[in-house]
Amino acid sequence: MQMKLFIPNLLANDEAGFWFPPQGSTVAENVDSVYFFILYVCTFFFVLIVGLMVLFMIKYRHRPGVEAEVTPTHNLPLELSWSVIPTLITIVMFWVGFTSYLDMRTPPSSSYEIDVVAKKWVWAFKYPNGWIDSELHVPKGENVTLTMASDDVLHSLWIPAFRTKMDVVPGRYTQLWFNATIANEKGFELKCAEYCGQKHSVMITKAIVHETRGDFDKWLKIASDIHKNKTPVEAGEYFYKTRGCIQCHSLDGVPKNGPSFKGLFGKERKFTDGSSVIADANYIRSSILEPQSKVVVGFRPIMPTFKGQLTDQDITAIVAFIKSQK
Amino acid sequence: MATVVDSSNPKSNYPIQYRELNYLNCSSGWKSWLFTLDHKRIGIMYLIGVTASFFLGGLFAVLLRTELLSPAKILMGPDSYNQMFTLHGAIMTFLVIIPGVPAAIGNIILPVMLGAKDVAFPRLNLGSFFLWMFGASFFLLALVTGGLDTGWTFYTPYSVTTNTAVITALLGVFVLGFSSIFTGLNFIVTIHTMRPPGMTWFKMPLFLWALYATALIQILATPVLGITGLLLVVERAFHIGIFDPALGGDPVLFQHFFWFYSHPAVYVMILPAMGVVSEVIAVHSRKHIFGYRFIAYSSIAIAIFGFLVWGHHMFVSGQSKVVAVIFSAITFSVSIPSAIKVFNWLTTMYKGSIRFTTAMCYALSFMFIFAIGGLTGLFLATLATDVHLHDTYFVVAHFHYVMMGSSLMGLFAAIHHWWPKISGKMINEFWGRIGCLGVFLGFNLTFFPQFILGTRGMPRRYYTYLPEFQGLHILSTMGAYLLGLSSALMAIVLIYSVYRGKKAPANPWGGASLEWQCSSPPPHNNFDHPPLAGDPYVMESVVYNEEIGGFVPAECQGDNNGSGTAAGEKEV
Repeated sequence: MQMKLFIPNLLANDEAGFWFPPQGSTVAENVDSVYFFILYVCTFFFVLIVGLMVLFMIKYRHRPGVEAEVTPTHNLPLELSWSVIPTLITIVMFWVGFTSYLDMRTPPSSSYEIDVVAKKWVWAFKYPNGWIDSELHVPKGENVTLTMASDDVLHSLWIPAFRTKMDVVPGRYTQLWFNATIANEKGFELKCAEYCGQKHSVMITKAIVHETRGDFDKWLKIASDIHKNKTPVEAGEYFYKTRGCIQCHSLDGVPKNGPSFKGLFGKERKFTDGSSVIADANYIRSSILEPQSKVVVGFRPIMPTFKGQLTDQDITAIVAFIKSQK
Repeated sequence: MATVVDSSNPKSNYPIQYRELNYLNCSSGWKSWLFTLDHKRIGIMYLIGVTASFFLGGLFAVLLRTELLSPAKILMGPDSYNQMFTLHGAIMTFLVIIPGVPAAIGNIILPVMLGAKDVAFPRLNLGSFFLWMFGASFFLLALVTGGLDTGWTFYTPYSVTTNTAVITALLGVFVLGFSSIFTGLNFIVTIHTMRPPGMTWFKMPLFLWALYATALIQILATPVLGITGLLLVVERAFHIGIFDPALGGDPVLFQHFFWFYSHPAVYVMILPAMGVVSEVIAVHSRKHIFGYRFIAYSSIAIAIFGFLVWGHHMFVSGQSKVVAVIFSAITFSVSIPSAIKVFNWLTTMYKGSIRFTTAMCYALSFMFIFAIGGLTGLFLATLATDVHLHDTYFVVAHFHYVMMGSSLMGLFAAIHHWWPKISGKMINEFWGRIGCLGVFLGFNLTFFPQFILGTRGMPRRYYTYLPEFQGLHILSTMGAYLLGLSSALMAIVLIYSVYRGKKAPANPWGGASLEWQCSSPPPHNNFDHPPLAGDPYVMESVVYNEEIGGFVPAECQGDNNGSGTAAGEKEV
């Protein structure tokens, strides 16, 4: 179903064009050629309409003594031609858009699968070996399918360089696939495109494309080895930075959407239901796994659960990290 | 023209029994306005309300654009930003554009155009206005009680879980919906039952066809919005799972319900503006409208097709691929009637005698802006490109070109076209045109860069952004300032004319439809007897009369007192 339109992309270049970011996936070229096809058609009609308008404005402007001429008030062939010709053009537009859309939306049978969980306001990418990362890593030239779910509200995963986007909907799975064509160690922008609240505009991460499958596997091996190469405090800091804690919990004592971690450990916490507890390892553990069960006075119940997304070892590391924030 | 004395001015030294009575000076006091059943006074009150809402929504827009001058914080934090774009959208949609042309201008002009004394149900008409004010006050209440941060779309489950004043705002939308339904109902009945002798369906001015098509959408689509809003209220208040998956609901269902109203509502916003442009282009080119039947039928076609395309707002929402393909195909069909209208307007100008009055300048701006707004819709109707462009600034630019640029340009054209009829005064055309030029340039400078922002990867509803987008954002903000100042200039020119403007003749532009046959402003009852209606676009039927400074029926030319017009009779 590959539909190629050989329309030169006059304004763009290899890096980033006037209109678009670089073409980073197999579908990008198709999407851009459909875009430029429509752009040329629209430019033609725009110039036609505005050109005639300006011509008539000049030629038939009111001049003293010159009355408007009485001309026919209808002409069926003319009406039919400007009804039928645009109709035919739109049918072509629909068709090229439709065929490219099918390519874009039909995941190939064999592809590398990554699970995605979106939550306010962080992305979590779960690789087949169980490793969860806040950045999307993929090998170049390989089909990748993302199976996406949301923990709270609507989000939308958009990688402009790949020209593809899909809403992430709570209560159901949605899928997105692509095949990256340019290696990019710095990463393409990956953004949330569906409004999701306060930090919607910083729910941005990177889609890093590794040159070969070997490079990708090597990255995954090192990344998923987090506890081996780090002390628990360092590992905890890693989770703090990469799994979204940093969005709401500061280290400088200033509360954001959640309490600051500075001096938290060992302090008494008062809850909205009137009870209180000393912040020990067990309290931190239950706050991560069941954040809504006890809410500290002065804060809203907005933290999502991390149940099933952090191992016991991960949580131990986070506890160690919070303990170190004196 | 020095002989024309404004006998309606209370300050003139005319004895009271010789003073010309019109709907503005026939009674006074606040009760005579608030409890009036006169469609023209109700229309004026709508116009004041719409204008106030426009400047409130516009103030929000200017503050938002100022914040977007830089990715860093300038005026407000992300929470205030989110509330402000929500209220900007909600106010502009529900309080400005939807009631703008139909309720404000339509109320004043529709019965006069029909040669009728009033709408079919004058009390219901006043009721609509009270409902509008009541609904608007809910919005103000939401503004002061915790704001609203859901976006004007109220998407679930965000709207179920946020702690802002969602219920208050939804009740406001519900009440405003009834205002809209009653106005639509009133217009449909009025057009069906109160046309004067000689005015068959195909002798109606095209503005009435447009209002008729609009009214059909209002009464058929608005109830769905009302029900959807109530379901969301029930879900929030009683935790009954309808749209929130945490309670067992389906968030995509909400989007279907919401757009089932809100897509047709886009045509509630644009159809009346198209009707205005059909009138203004014909009158100010002094030409019979070209392709009358095609323009009339295309209004109805847009109203019908408008109901079948809501799913194009949801190509990436998770709805099925088959559904997306079907909606894409149907969506293209809406573009054809719009194209037909544009080509017919162009042909109307051919061999005309075009006067660049302020009203005509706005109508020409409409054509330019609507051409861009309409054509960029093709990128969004096409599946492959919409996946990339959905929820970006490209969409923001597109719908501002259609809803703000085109609809409000239509409203501005309507206000300037019928201002002599509404106020009885002529505006200063020079400053009017300067205002139009400013609005036109400011608008394009604001929104054209947003197309490029969108294709390059700037999502909508972003409080902060990557530094590469800053240049285009600054351009856009400069445009917004120019647009804001020019709109203020327009308002000043209009208000100034009420106090210092020249007295308007009955027919200043040479229109052949019925509203130009009664005096400016019309008397309380518009017409003592239903006038005989002919073809509303035979511009040769009226000719310019130097002495009156306006047009008079051709058969009366030569009578120097111009006794053929209602206004002329009392002028010396």
